Amino acid sequence: MRYIRPLSMEDAVGQLAGSSGTSAILAGGSDLLVRMKGGFIEPDLIVDIKAIDGLSEIRETGDGFSIGAAVPCAVLGESAALKKAWPGVVEAAKLIGSKQVQGRCTITGNLCNASPAADSVPALVAAGARAVVVGPAGRRTIPVQSVPTGPGKTSLAKGEIIEAILLDKRAPRSGDAYLRFIPRTEMDIAVVSAGVNLTLDEHGVVKSARVALGAVAATVLLVEEAAQVLIGSRLDEATLERLAKVCAGACRPIDDKRGTIEFRRKVAGVLAKRAATTAYARAGGK
Amino acid sequence: MNFDPRFSGRKFTSVGTRPIRPDGIDKVTGRARYGADFNMAGQLVGRILRSPHAHARIVKIDTSKAEKLAGVKAVITAADLPDLTDGDAAMYDVLDNCMARTKALYDGHAVAAVAAVDARTARQALKLIEVEYELLPHVTDVDEAAKHTAPLINDTIFTEGLEEKPVKPSNVTKRSQFGHGDVHQGFGHADFIVERSFKTEQTHQGYIEPHACVANFSSDGTADLWVCTQGHFVYRQHCAQLLGMEASKLRVTSSEIGGGFGGKTHVWAEPVALALSRKAGRPVKLVMTRDEVFRASGPTSATSIDVKIGARKDGTITAAEATLRYSCGPYAGSWAEIGAMTAFACYKLDNVKTVGYEVLVNRPKTAAYRAPSAPMAAFAVESAVDELAKKIGMDPVDFRIRNAAQEGTRSSYGPVYGPIGIGPTLEAVKSHPHMKAPLGKNQGRGMACGFWFNFGGQTCTDLNIGMDGSVSLAVGTVDVGGSRASLSLVAAEELGIDYAQVKAIVADTSSLGYNDMTDGSRGTFSSSMATISAARNAIKILRERAAQMWDIAVDDVVWEKGHAIAKGEKHGNLGKLSLKEIAVESGKTGGPIAGHSELVADGAGVSFATHICDIEVDPETGATRVLRYTVVQDAGKAVHPTYVEGQYQGGAAQGIGWALNEEYIYGKDGRLQNPGFLDYRIPVCSDLPMIDTQILEIPNPNHPYGVRGVGETSIVPPLAAIANAVSNAAGVRMTHIPMSPPRILAAIEAVREWSK
Repeated sequence: MRYIRPLSMEDAVGQLAGSSGTSAILAGGSDLLVRMKGGFIEPDLIVDIKAIDGLSEIRETGDGFSIGAAVPCAVLGESAALKKAWPGVVEAAKLIGSKQVQGRCTITGNLCNASPAADSVPALVAAGARAVVVGPAGRRTIPVQSVPTGPGKTSLAKGEIIEAILLDKRAPRSGDAYLRFIPRTEMDIAVVSAGVNLTLDEHGVVKSARVALGAVAATVLLVEEAAQVLIGSRLDEATLERLAKVCAGACRPIDDKRGTIEFRRKVAGVLAKRAATTAYARAGGK
Repeated sequence: MNFDPRFSGRKFTSVGTRPIRPDGIDKVTGRARYGADFNMAGQLVGRILRSPHAHARIVKIDTSKAEKLAGVKAVITAADLPDLTDGDAAMYDVLDNCMARTKALYDGHAVAAVAAVDARTARQALKLIEVEYELLPHVTDVDEAAKHTAPLINDTIFTEGLEEKPVKPSNVTKRSQFGHGDVHQGFGHADFIVERSFKTEQTHQGYIEPHACVANFSSDGTADLWVCTQGHFVYRQHCAQLLGMEASKLRVTSSEIGGGFGGKTHVWAEPVALALSRKAGRPVKLVMTRDEVFRASGPTSATSIDVKIGARKDGTITAAEATLRYSCGPYAGSWAEIGAMTAFACYKLDNVKTVGYEVLVNRPKTAAYRAPSAPMAAFAVESAVDELAKKIGMDPVDFRIRNAAQEGTRSSYGPVYGPIGIGPTLEAVKSHPHMKAPLGKNQGRGMACGFWFNFGGQTCTDLNIGMDGSVSLAVGTVDVGGSRASLSLVAAEELGIDYAQVKAIVADTSSLGYNDMTDGSRGTFSSSMATISAARNAIKILRERAAQMWDIAVDDVVWEKGHAIAKGEKHGNLGKLSLKEIAVESGKTGGPIAGHSELVADGAGVSFATHICDIEVDPETGATRVLRYTVVQDAGKAVHPTYVEGQYQGGAAQGIGWALNEEYIYGKDGRLQNPGFLDYRIPVCSDLPMIDTQILEIPNPNHPYGVRGVGETSIVPPLAAIANAVSNAAGVRMTHIPMSPPRILAAIEAVREWSK
């Protein structure tokens, strides 16, 4: 096993692209080290990206925010500007694991681990976040939902590394929220989750919406039909009931040790309803 | 030995205070040595190969490739642990569980083991061992396993305890029955009857420290074992027997222990480590992973229980009956029998009958878990009692008070009670402010009672007085919950000296006579009795030495408040002699001063508790939150109240996890799906409220200070108290533990459907 700590993206990409055996990228390590300790994987090459310039920073740009791939989730919670603009994304990142885990784990790692139950991913998908991918063929920017392709699988090619996650500058009267269901209060994995992102017009009517569900399919679901239910409404009781129904219907869950199909469908609707209500209030809706 | 164990009603100076425990600082600074913290020069890493199958015949094991791997020093199979149990069926089961002989009986059953120079080599070696299995049909559910059509786990077992010897083998190993009176007649006199069936899933003790040991087998045939255990003397006996050694040739030292709760009363990997060390000729360290702890140590039973209770309009129970089926893993046990004994122990009943069935399943060998078997029986009985009170229209506390057992009551399992605490705990609950606190929307309150026998057993201690007047106390019961502090208090009390003058240690098996394990809530009860006895023996010598120093008759010397005092007018001018003053002179007055004690601590008083809990249920998701929890329990006498409260809180916390989320989940393939703390959900800190406690002290007449065991009873009422609270909050009776959110939501939805 070889461990390297490159100082540039070019070096990191080159090392990964040139490696022959199995390789892994190390940022926080909260998934990787657990899997290694459990004996599930034994990579030949580990590329630690924490020393690469700029990867541990949150930058506020003219277009919004750029969150470096090595920024721990706890740091997201310390950025007042990010918290104000994207409270749903930050609350999702701050639900991962425990306080200690949040000091290490990253949203990029959460995305690339490609668990259908990843906490920050539905919030990022709802937020319309994009990922900056650097690889042997250069740099490209893709929507975050196109990164995971199935449990544990991503669309990233050999040698590719996500450098940063981009979040747009906020339009006025916007709000987002994320909720997940776990049987405990922390140190757990979502049984079902929902992220909702809304922008209102000056009358408090929903102008645009994105609704994402987690842990109810092989990848996070962006539910267009649910967004359509919200658009044009003021989130009255009937709209919320329709939202719940549409979300329950959109799920393609499985029965497993963490929950039943029936439970996940039902609770997906409940969480979407509650997240939408919070997002609406955050956007200034009454 | 003429030790008088009777309660003496003395006034206490040290007992009942709350000093810092002697092991505290090392534990919070990380200096304390737990099982995996011991190392020896040249030690090897031991690892165990485990069956991935729930039930399979072992056709062939080929270890040749593993043996050839560089760095591998020993590979063993069942052949290296031959059967030396000489007809002792229980020990044969222990042996077969440590290393499977002809069949793998559960997912995780050990089939081979290696010792290698490092962990990586050991892991590689395991992959090189080739095991040929012939798969057999399996059964993991307790009710399925009890059916005639179930796959047979052991075809030499015929149900014991039936009137006629059965002609066919069965997974039901034993039927046991308790009770008195005529339940049929009793139900005839009832105005109201509640009859229900309950299920509880299998849970693990969830101790944070995995099993760990270092075994060092010397070429002279003696061996040392450093191990995390609740009973090093019992481990010594079991290991010695399985390895064909004389007990005195094996010295076992217990480490600090990060929780046991019954799971460390049984050997799992220790005989394997010794066998590896014997074969390799080097020390072997063997530490189980969390995955192995879940799959291959000893969780408690899964159960299925039917309860029927009848009462008159005035609230008097006329008859009570229960049938209890408990899973044992693949080896015979007596778990349902204990459940059947404890089920109705809280009540005064004219007509009572309980029947227990022990059921074999393809799961790990069941071990004790804190008041083993009692929580599940209490869940079923106390749920039915609550429902019956409701049916009659009585307050659930008043209904229980009316039927509570008293001094002189013949218990449902046979004996007649002495002074007991069930009535007082109920009265304390009735007047507790918790019972009157307002409840909000979707919130419910529940309460329940619990009983545990407690145990005394064989105990041996040494009390040595140093020449500087300090006292070292060597005990043989492992300190799981603060007993070194409690026993130091007892020694200080009896000798009349300061707590700080006493230092207690847990001695190894070669330093003291045999001690039973720290189980049955016996640690402080029995070792405090032995400590009192040892201190009294030391005082006798102290008086003799003082008499010698004064040159007077020993009968004229009394011991008071840590001093020898010359009694009587003629000695009026003699000043008192402190323990230290006598100790300093001991070299000239006859040598070291010590007190020894060996005894069987009889008369462990039975223990009762009543718990109250408030729960909020989210009716849309089935999520629960424990809002408030109160434990009221009789301690006899709380020697160190902080650690008594710790036991109360710990039992409640474990009970909350068990009631709400913990369960072994098996797939159709018979494999355990959640062998880790991520999906086996014990509570985390933020899941629990501060657990309030109230200690009652109804002295145990059979202990000089009135002490009763307190460790186990606190886990008996929680399943029922929480089930009653959830049922009240959700508006539907919950009958299946754990009450996980999917189960609660399904129950709520079923009622909604039904009421449409």
